[in-house]
Amino acid sequence: MNDALFIHRIHFAFTITYHYLFPQLTMGLAPLIVVLKTLALRTNRPVYDEAARFWTKIFGINFVAGVVTGIPMEFQFGTNWARFSEFTGGVIAQPLAMEAVFSFFLESAFLGLLLFGERRLGRRGHWWAAFMVFAGSWLSGFFIVAADAWMQHPVAYRILPNGRFEVTSFWGVLTNPWALIQYAHTMSGALTTGSIVMAALGAFYLLNRRDSEFGAIFLRVGVIAGIIATIAQVFPTGDMHGKYMAQHQPAATAGMEALFESKAGAPMVILGQPDVEHQRIDNPIVVSKLLSFLIYGTTRAEVKGLDQFPKDQWPTNIPLLYFAYHVMAGLGTVFLAIMAVSAFLLWRGALDHSRWMLWILMLTTPFPFIANTAGWLVAETGRQPWLVYGLLRTEQGFSANVSAANGLFTLLGFMGLYAVLTLLYLFLMSRQIAEGPAPHTAVSGAQA
Amino acid sequence: MMETVWFILVAFMLTAYVVLDGFDLGAGALHLIAARTDEERRLLLRSIGPVWDGNEVWLLAAGGTLFYAFPLLYASSFSGFYLPLCMVLWLLVLRAIAIEFRAHLDNSLWRDFFDGMLSIASLLLLVLFGAALGNVIRGVPLGKDHYFFVPLWTDFAPGPNPGALDWYTALCALMAIAATSLHGALYVIMKTTGPLQTRMGAIANRLWPVVAVGTIAGLAATVVVRPRVLDNYRALPVGWIIPLAVVVALGGIRYCSRRGSERNAFLFSCGYLTAMLAGAAFALYPVLLPSGSDPALNLTIWNSSAGPSSLSIGLIWWSIGMAIAIGYSVLVYTMFRGKVDNSGGDGHY
Repeated sequence: MNDALFIHRIHFAFTITYHYLFPQLTMGLAPLIVVLKTLALRTNRPVYDEAARFWTKIFGINFVAGVVTGIPMEFQFGTNWARFSEFTGGVIAQPLAMEAVFSFFLESAFLGLLLFGERRLGRRGHWWAAFMVFAGSWLSGFFIVAADAWMQHPVAYRILPNGRFEVTSFWGVLTNPWALIQYAHTMSGALTTGSIVMAALGAFYLLNRRDSEFGAIFLRVGVIAGIIATIAQVFPTGDMHGKYMAQHQPAATAGMEALFESKAGAPMVILGQPDVEHQRIDNPIVVSKLLSFLIYGTTRAEVKGLDQFPKDQWPTNIPLLYFAYHVMAGLGTVFLAIMAVSAFLLWRGALDHSRWMLWILMLTTPFPFIANTAGWLVAETGRQPWLVYGLLRTEQGFSANVSAANGLFTLLGFMGLYAVLTLLYLFLMSRQIAEGPAPHTAVSGAQA
Repeated sequence: MMETVWFILVAFMLTAYVVLDGFDLGAGALHLIAARTDEERRLLLRSIGPVWDGNEVWLLAAGGTLFYAFPLLYASSFSGFYLPLCMVLWLLVLRAIAIEFRAHLDNSLWRDFFDGMLSIASLLLLVLFGAALGNVIRGVPLGKDHYFFVPLWTDFAPGPNPGALDWYTALCALMAIAATSLHGALYVIMKTTGPLQTRMGAIANRLWPVVAVGTIAGLAATVVVRPRVLDNYRALPVGWIIPLAVVVALGGIRYCSRRGSERNAFLFSCGYLTAMLAGAAFALYPVLLPSGSDPALNLTIWNSSAGPSSLSIGLIWWSIGMAIAIGYSVLVYTMFRGKVDNSGGDGHY
């Protein structure tokens, strides 16, 4: 592999992977804050206002981290993927520019009001500030997914004589079926993160025997949102996404399952390691015929294996694609099970006292971040060897005028900078959590 | 025709960025020397706190629009200026966390750390933005494939093998520091009272002659480095109204500052920055990025633009989006009008 190409790929992969740790929580928490503020307006109980205030502080720190790591992304198409930008700017920059114009201005205007404007705006006005921030962040997510979806499944374009793409329909790029399915799947993923984080923090306070009133609220809101999100994650969004992908990126689907040979009644591998060289799976545990059923709804259907595609169109890193997919799907299933049991206990009124379940919920915190990251890895490694599926190969898109050494230099710079940001983020978050949701409590006053 | 429209739109957005984020950056650069106590520093941060993020969005919006309308320019310049641009990104991260994380801890060590970070990051951003403008005027070694790569510096001469920094772009960087610091000082004067305001007043008084002399020196150097900048002015003499506006704005800043008309002094400073950038855009048109050696290799609005269908479809979302965005800006600035103080309230800085 060309050294510079490799560095530019790692550069983008690192900065985007790190970035997305934050927006998934931003987009996941934003609607939950709206829920808390709605409860406050409906019930007139100040505890909901305080709960919303607490989560708004957490949200604020997280939002800053998301914004500062997001800015480099807008520019890295040009810095590291110049040829790709030259060819596709006339299409893909439509959703990217629209994100800045339609979402970032909105968010920047209302975030300040959400964070610091409660007294000035009054309760109803402040509810609207929360709602607008929620709308802005979800709109922003849509534009990014639409940009990615165009790379996965290019629509509404024409190729000009100079090789550049141009957009042929304003709505075409925005109503790309791939974008709509991927958006639903991505947003339920973000909501999974937000609701697990909220439920987990509630479990943390309950297990710690402090701020129990708040802990119970966080737990209830988190689990109810969580059961909705984790169900939607699998069905219908995950199901639709998988089927649409099998139809339009069959090589990626074969790579996800490491299905080397086409097979009628294809099995689904639950565990095992793909051996690309010998085209087999080591240590397999399989459920027979499940893959055919999941994709085509019948156990007899034939699933295309990698043998159907020329080798230069195979996903370039099949083991990574395979593991990412299995981590994503495996964790998604586990989240659904955890949320189902939690929701059952909540319904029976026993969740607050089921310490074993609270432990599980608390310890689940890091896993939705891993699952969301793995999901994006599936999307982007599955798309390989293409930048724009079927039209522009990855090696045609990078900045050939930027050497591997210069790329490595700035990659190391970003790594160092983000290491510092990670420390600051974790420090401020821990302080906020230790301080707790109760207004003006010192540590001694923490028993609610 | 469409290409010209987009040239104007992108120039408008970049100018909006410079005028708006310019005062945040200028105030940030002066933060350490002008604001001495924690009270004063909080006051300064409160004066930019509710607006700086929205101001920075203009850079993202301009970048995205440039990417859409002139993809080749976006691709060529962002990869060609790779090193300075990545540094801009790092500094934007540092500036943002300095402003937003400072208030979280009531500890002087913590706050001094972020105060220093804010000043240094703002100052270096001004250096890089000023030098970037200098590079665009001077020209870069564009190849036949429309691409180039400039190192940070070579021999500091704007010759055939230039770096991002040479004596001319360094002069532009100094000009950017002076003009934008003055801009930031005038903004803080308008938004605050007390010792911070007095000190900013003294700084503005000392900066004004520097900016005035720098403007003349900068324009003279520009004509030396790139004589072709006068071509458009010769072809269309009505363009001379722009340098006239620069002079009027400079005079206006001094006149209003002397008379204590804080708001008008700041508005004249907005006018000064706008006129300077308009002058550069007028001189460049229809070139977007000149070649240092051969005009045939210039990136122009014709060879860099997206297809005709993209350009006309783009006008739909751009106009709607901009109307809404300007609406938000008006809303925020209206809610935030008048002087800031440290007396509790909703602010957290």
